[in-house]
Amino acid sequence: MLKKLALGALLVCGLATGPALAAEEESHVVDFDFSFEGPFGSYDQMQLQRGLQVFTEVCSACHGLRYVAYRSLGYEGGPELPEPQVRAYADFYEVFDETLLDGEGDFRPATPTDHFPESSLSNAPDLSLMAKARAGFHGPYGLGINQFLKGMGGPEYIASVLTGYTGEQREEAGAVLYENTAFPSGWIAMAPPLYGDDVSFQDGSPTDLESTAKDVAAFLMWTAEPKLGARKQAGFTGVLMLGVLAVLLYLTNKRIWAPHKRKLKDTPAPR
Amino acid sequence: MAGIPHDHYTPKSGGERWLHKRLPVVGLLYDTIMIPTPKNLNWMWIWGIVLTFTLVLQIVTGVVLVMHYIPSTEQAFASVEHIMRDVNGGFMLRYMHANGASLFFVAVYAHIFRNLYYGSYKEPREVTWIIGILMYLLMMGTAFMGYVLPWGQMSFWGATVITGLFGAIPFVGEPLQTWLLGGPAVGGYTLTRFFSLHYLMPMILAGLTMVHIWAFHTTGNNNPTGVEVRRTSKEDARKDTLPFWPYFVIKDLFALAVILVVFFAIVGFMPNYLGHPDNYIEANSLSTPAHIVPEWYFLPFYAILRAFTGDVWVVQIASFVTGGIVDAKFFGVLAMFGAIIVMALAPWLDTSSVRSGRYRPMFKWWFALLVVDFFVLMWVGAMPAEEPYATISLIASAYWFGYFLVVLPLLGVFEKPLPQPGTIEEDYATHYAPNTGGTTTVVNPAE
Amino acid sequence: MSHADDPTGTRRDFLFYATAGAGTVVAGAAVWPLVNQMNPTADVQALSSIRVDVGGVQPGTQLTVQWLGKPVFIRRRTAEEIEEANAVDVSTLPDPLARNANIDGEAPATDPNRALAAPGAEGSEEWLVMMGVCTHLGCVPLGNAGDFDGWFCPCHGSHYDTAGRIRRGPAPENLPIPVAEFADESTIVLG
Repeated sequence: MLKKLALGALLVCGLATGPALAAEEESHVVDFDFSFEGPFGSYDQMQLQRGLQVFTEVCSACHGLRYVAYRSLGYEGGPELPEPQVRAYADFYEVFDETLLDGEGDFRPATPTDHFPESSLSNAPDLSLMAKARAGFHGPYGLGINQFLKGMGGPEYIASVLTGYTGEQREEAGAVLYENTAFPSGWIAMAPPLYGDDVSFQDGSPTDLESTAKDVAAFLMWTAEPKLGARKQAGFTGVLMLGVLAVLLYLTNKRIWAPHKRKLKDTPAPR
Repeated sequence: MAGIPHDHYTPKSGGERWLHKRLPVVGLLYDTIMIPTPKNLNWMWIWGIVLTFTLVLQIVTGVVLVMHYIPSTEQAFASVEHIMRDVNGGFMLRYMHANGASLFFVAVYAHIFRNLYYGSYKEPREVTWIIGILMYLLMMGTAFMGYVLPWGQMSFWGATVITGLFGAIPFVGEPLQTWLLGGPAVGGYTLTRFFSLHYLMPMILAGLTMVHIWAFHTTGNNNPTGVEVRRTSKEDARKDTLPFWPYFVIKDLFALAVILVVFFAIVGFMPNYLGHPDNYIEANSLSTPAHIVPEWYFLPFYAILRAFTGDVWVVQIASFVTGGIVDAKFFGVLAMFGAIIVMALAPWLDTSSVRSGRYRPMFKWWFALLVVDFFVLMWVGAMPAEEPYATISLIASAYWFGYFLVVLPLLGVFEKPLPQPGTIEEDYATHYAPNTGGTTTVVNPAE
Repeated sequence: MSHADDPTGTRRDFLFYATAGAGTVVAGAAVWPLVNQMNPTADVQALSSIRVDVGGVQPGTQLTVQWLGKPVFIRRRTAEEIEEANAVDVSTLPDPLARNANIDGEAPATDPNRALAAPGAEGSEEWLVMMGVCTHLGCVPLGNAGDFDGWFCPCHGSHYDTAGRIRRGPAPENLPIPVAEFADESTIVLG
């Protein structure tokens, strides 16, 4: 909020924001459109289900979702899988249960109350909060205006990384790095996970690279902020109620001050 | 209790007299709520109520969050996610608490700059001012420790960097830092003590709030003219004032409601805008984020901290004079705390006999520059420590000190103030028609 | 804004009442979340209903599972145990009520009223599902023990029979039967 005021302050003192400031090499994040943007946007249930499928068939090979419980796949505002499907989906995973075998612990099929597994690859970050842990948009000049106008850009960043591979690769210290236009350093250790037509959707939705990247980015936004719908609703209710109260208080304030704040011109009193 | 003369509470019924004789609490509340308040207070006199409300908001949401939060390195981050996902309405409680800190600082900065412009810090309100600065310092400590609790990357590295400031103090620095942290580096032992202090300090803040109110109820509010309320008699005082209830309570509540509309819009629609994405990554002592940036409300003082590097001549002189005891790192720390201390000393640095900036033609411009300076400092604090930001932050820091140490003392000598109104009533009468009477219903003359 | 046409008292009163009312509503709305956050969280609620795989339970054995923080006994009874349970005259029992949450609260404590029928086998009394918490002071009774071939509470010596009914000892009631049903042939849903 004050960042905006800071802009005004800058304009006042007329600081020259020379080309040196803009010289910083910017990674390129595409401002994709998502259904959950804006004050009234909400998740597209079918897109979340498609994203879940992409995550399951591709991402989950290396990446985990440790903070997400299977049960939440059935919750309102999410992918909203029916209960038997949630159960069947969880059953597909195994969890280590330390209460089994008299405290020795053993593996058992997961139930809806369990969480998704952690990442299986040490250098693959957990994706639960990825969409909130990355800002796709910055600046300009540290003023936060882009974030104000476009949002933080987490899902846009994810979709941009997934579609940002140039095909170039190089070796560095024994590891293969892939050139990526969205990744901050330009070279990312993750091999291109999606090429297009990696999955087939039951509802016949397009499976090209950009569509699947957007689907999984939307799904990861949901894993990061599952209560987005409820939050916007609460915010809207708060704004509305306090707005009404503010109007009433304004009128009351006017009314009680009226005897003490009559304008000079309203009265015949001598100037 | 001294103060503006006004009618005090007189117990009427037998029960009231019984209680009043033993505990005059009703009388205390009555005197507080009916306190005569200058009737010309403008819209910058709302921040006190906003601050009080925010303190309550933070304490209430905080107490509730503690029911679900677990202060351990293994579980802190996960328990915050538990609050966000599983606790009923937990996401709102946490977002309100996190953004409530920002609301707190917006209000406190507005409050401070209001005082600086209208000269509220001047005699006889120095004690109110000093207590206020103490509260501001406590707020900063509370906010900093609270930011560590989610145990994200910014929490961890912010804690590392800020406690490192204490390590810069000569001789006792390192033991002091170790004592603060409870070990060689930020760890679980740091988290638990910060949790305890984060819970304790708001309670002290609440206590200081009462002392703060007590102090300015004794001296009376300042007001936009800077002219004191007449205390010669109740009748004179009544011409300058109106009782706090209902005139200022309703006015302040209206302002609060408007501010909360904005607050709810931020919490509901962009709750992470003022936060840092890196704090959604769990703390990792082996990997530092690319840019460690404090929360926006620390940025001006963070910029002052960073401004004084080893190649600044002031720093070199200080280092030479003290034989190297004051190095660049320590100088930065001194400058940061000094920036707040010079503010606290304003009552004695300001030599002008005129209180309100409204009647000080030169002061107005220097003050406007200070406000701009504050935003510039906030902005450079968020930028990387390289040119041209280093130079900008040095100039801006220098002006901050220059304003308090040079401009304020000299203005009192060179400035020719404008004529001030004799009384608040006189000033009021130039804006509004003469008061037709009491606080009850008014029968208006036909238009 | 001109106030020269300020209305009579009623309209001003209405405004004041409306403002006070709106303020009260807003304050009330702010209090509810603070109360509601203490209700069970989503992960706790999710555990209020669990599914138990009973495919591997042989006649004459029992499975103890934890549900809502308490043990639940799931026993697949032998023909002898069922016979023994049916041979008892309900009117002689210390607690003549079935204490079965799935049926009417006034139902008598007959064995069919206590047993859980497997799907496709209506009337079978093979399965007995009940809370493993003694109705006396909350200890966990031992299985295959006591004078009535059922359960025995080691704390104060309460004896339960093969249908989990109290027969002797200080416990006042039969072991309660929770809400339970078969989801399929080998899965029991508790809650």
